[in-house]
Amino acid sequence: MADIVLDHVYKRYPDGTLGADDVNIEIADGEFIILVGPSGCGKSTTLNMIAGLEDISEGELRIGGARVNEKAPKDRDIAMVFQSYALYPHMTVRENMAFPLKLAKVDKAEIARKVEETAQILDLTQHLDRKPANMSGGQRQRVAMGRAIVRSPKAFLMDEPLSNLDAKLRVQMRTMVSKLQQRLETTTVYVTHDQTEAMTLGDRIVVMKSGVVQQIGSPQHLYDEPANLFVAGFIGSPAMNFLPATLENGSLRTSLGDLGMPDRVRRALEAADAPREVIVGIRPEHFEDAGVVEDHVRARGSVFTAEVDVLESMGSDKFAYFKIEGEQAMSDDLAELAADAGTADVPDSAGQLVTRLSATSQAREGERSEVWVDTDKIQIFDPHSGANLTSKDPATANA
Amino acid sequence: MTLDSGALAAATTKQEPSHRAGKQPLSEGKKAERRLGLWLCAPAAIIMVAVTAYPIIYAIWLSLQRYDLRFPAEREFAGLSNYGAVLTSAYWWQAFLITVIITVVSVAIEFVLGLALALVMHRTIVGRGLTRTVVLIPYGIVTVVAAFSWQFAWTPDKGYLAAMLSEGSAPLTGQASAIAIIILAEVWKTTPFMALLLMAGLALVPDDLLKAAQVDGAGAWQRLTQIILPMMKPAILVALLFRTLDAFRVFDNIYILTQGSNGTGSVSMLGYDNLFKAFNLGIGSAISVLIFVAVALIALLFIKIFGAAAPGSEPTGKR
Amino acid sequence: MTATAPANKKIGWGLINLLVILYALIPVLWIVSLSFKTADTITDGNFIPRSWTWSNYAQIFQINLFTSALRNSIGIALISTVIAVVIGTMAAYAIARLDFPGKKALVGVSLLIAMFPQISLVSPLFDIERAIGLFDTWPGLILPYITFALPLAIYTLSAFFREIPWELEKAAKMDGATPLQAFRSVIVPLAAPGVFTTAILVFIFCWNDFLFAVSLTSTSRSQTATVAISQFTGASQFAEPTGSIAAAAVLLTIPIIIFVLFFQRRIVAGLTSGAVKG
Repeated sequence: MADIVLDHVYKRYPDGTLGADDVNIEIADGEFIILVGPSGCGKSTTLNMIAGLEDISEGELRIGGARVNEKAPKDRDIAMVFQSYALYPHMTVRENMAFPLKLAKVDKAEIARKVEETAQILDLTQHLDRKPANMSGGQRQRVAMGRAIVRSPKAFLMDEPLSNLDAKLRVQMRTMVSKLQQRLETTTVYVTHDQTEAMTLGDRIVVMKSGVVQQIGSPQHLYDEPANLFVAGFIGSPAMNFLPATLENGSLRTSLGDLGMPDRVRRALEAADAPREVIVGIRPEHFEDAGVVEDHVRARGSVFTAEVDVLESMGSDKFAYFKIEGEQAMSDDLAELAADAGTADVPDSAGQLVTRLSATSQAREGERSEVWVDTDKIQIFDPHSGANLTSKDPATANA
Repeated sequence: MTLDSGALAAATTKQEPSHRAGKQPLSEGKKAERRLGLWLCAPAAIIMVAVTAYPIIYAIWLSLQRYDLRFPAEREFAGLSNYGAVLTSAYWWQAFLITVIITVVSVAIEFVLGLALALVMHRTIVGRGLTRTVVLIPYGIVTVVAAFSWQFAWTPDKGYLAAMLSEGSAPLTGQASAIAIIILAEVWKTTPFMALLLMAGLALVPDDLLKAAQVDGAGAWQRLTQIILPMMKPAILVALLFRTLDAFRVFDNIYILTQGSNGTGSVSMLGYDNLFKAFNLGIGSAISVLIFVAVALIALLFIKIFGAAAPGSEPTGKR
Repeated sequence: MTATAPANKKIGWGLINLLVILYALIPVLWIVSLSFKTADTITDGNFIPRSWTWSNYAQIFQINLFTSALRNSIGIALISTVIAVVIGTMAAYAIARLDFPGKKALVGVSLLIAMFPQISLVSPLFDIERAIGLFDTWPGLILPYITFALPLAIYTLSAFFREIPWELEKAAKMDGATPLQAFRSVIVPLAAPGVFTTAILVFIFCWNDFLFAVSLTSTSRSQTATVAISQFTGASQFAEPTGSIAAAAVLLTIPIIIFVLFFQRRIVAGLTSGAVKG
């Protein structure tokens, strides 16, 4: 086991584009870290560089304190799980799992023991003599995991290992991966494009975009204190709502009406020397049906009235969708997020406000409803740089 | 990538992108990969170059000599006189014409028949496996064997085909009829190969597209000419290029069927005769070089006119 | 599909297929028929023999030239196939999988050789081989066979290699394999079917050759069967050689028929793999 350090790492392609642009990540021994971002953000490139499958153009990669830039994958002592599982089709499950040990010239009895032991952990014992072609997706996935853990490497690298599974199985496997990692306490770098996976699995998350690290932090930290519009929009489902706003006389003028500014926000904006035109970000759960909010709570937020466009009742709570009148929040980050989510082409999706109300809400489709906003939780962004002006996190102020 | 050999040479030097130069040294893995690549290719490259490049250069050298194997002592440098002798000889031009006729006619027939055969094999609802198996026989059979079969078939008093002709006719001894038989033998043997290549192209035409065309009101002929053929263009070009070059080298069939008598010899036949009947290595080599040039021109023509791409040269080993 | 097709459509296809089958088989059946005809009926022009005999087959094995030629053909074709496939596998693997300078040049060279007119090499090779003592020897034929089989082998094999999922090799490297180990323990077993197919195609190519064989050999030491047949004069000077030629021709066809019957699918895949991807 070991820590992994990426020290000012660059990946420059022959055509001049940067696959990774000054990536700095310190992964502690035994940590489970997630690289997340839209496709083409450089997360897989970064993983492949750690694996040794791609060359590092500049910077240094240290595993367990030693520089490994020039080492071949086999000399780095790390195991990898691939999206396609990459099981050897001509070998049985047993042979697949024994393969890395055989290459490492472990003696036969030891190989047999380790394979049996690993198969037990992964519940594969009765499948050991089958070929991968005759197995289900979940079983193949477990074999791929088994091949990685059987040799107790310094670190695991996982490249979207669950994305070929159907939704239900993915949730089950997610729990399994999480438990397995806690049990083995092996440093793990896990790449995914699915923010839910990132939130549920990782000790820390690295959000990337266009080869640049946007923010590194625990899932809760990224959720509560996103460094910029991109992270704010990427983390969380349903996504944060963004509204253009104007700072005027100590309040925020938006298409929903004027929102009051708590002291926290006011001080942060002053400190950041905020422009007049900003973007307000509000998560869906920071709305509530005004009718169910107690008076003393209601006083610390703002209330607006609008017609409910669509209402979805989930049982535990209700999602109410409102149409936003007037112009929409515009920024490069938001455009990129929309492109990644594929919503750029869906009419109306951008002009929609998503709110999550309690199940007792009386809101009805097509009727006007009073909605309360918890202004204490709002985030204010600079529309040009995308930076979060209200973040308390000094480390992310420059991102 | 096209077949231009100059571009090929340039491409090799371009492999080293300038970004990499002067940057960090290649990692161990990368260096090992390059070394392995070169070592694995070396034997193939050495053999191919040694057995073709050196002899063709040597052939050019030989073609500039007066070199008759019957009088080896009289060997001397003769400049371009061998070429002069060949290019002013009626034999060369006749053989050239015969070769072109055989090539053009047989490739044209093969293409039409091959396309029909490909459609049959692609669409048939009964006996698909059997048909595909059986058509491989002409492809696989030894050319000499097939040539004998045709020869015996057309020999009077012996063959079943000659028996159908009028009494006393000997088709293999007339120029036109003999050439027709040579073309028949070529077509029979290579149509299946053409059909297989075209069938592979057919498989790339999505069924949905044809259904859509049918709904849009296209008849069978229109579907073939408007949809299928344009979509098969790459496969067609590759098939035509290879078959044309192959037909231009026609030798085995002529050797067995007519020995090139009665004005049925191809250029390959002429080169062979000059070497092994006239023992004239100088003239023989000049013919070899001329055939090489002719084939190179045909290949160039195909590439320039149709933009045929080299098969397998596409995104090779892209990571 | 067959069950739902209307009967008359099935009959129509059946007739077309029958036509195709007749097209392919008639010349072959004709030579088989000749090989079984007796000496006095061989000139009757009948497609089906009136009287059958094995004597033509018995006769050809008494011709020393033919038995030695058959030995030469088998030996030379097998050796050429093994060498060409081994060398071709190495090169095709490198082309399909590795990044190294000169790759495109190699692809280009093999393409040029695939289109090379063999006759152009006959006169220089004849002269060179006489000078270095390779004329009329097995290696004297094996060398050009390998050369002209290599492009075929490299194309077919690299097309097969490209089908093998690339991630498997990455996985092998992550599992601790050197590039060579990754090749040996992951790629080779997966590539075996492709290699086998290529071997069949290369063997057919070598077995088929006539031009090099007739030009670069002169005696029973290395003359191959295709040349021997073309020079048959019969068992005795007065015997009509047609029967012997037919019998020898049938023998030469047997391995081809075996390949075609057992490996039809593979041969089709091999022949078309290089062509379509381009």
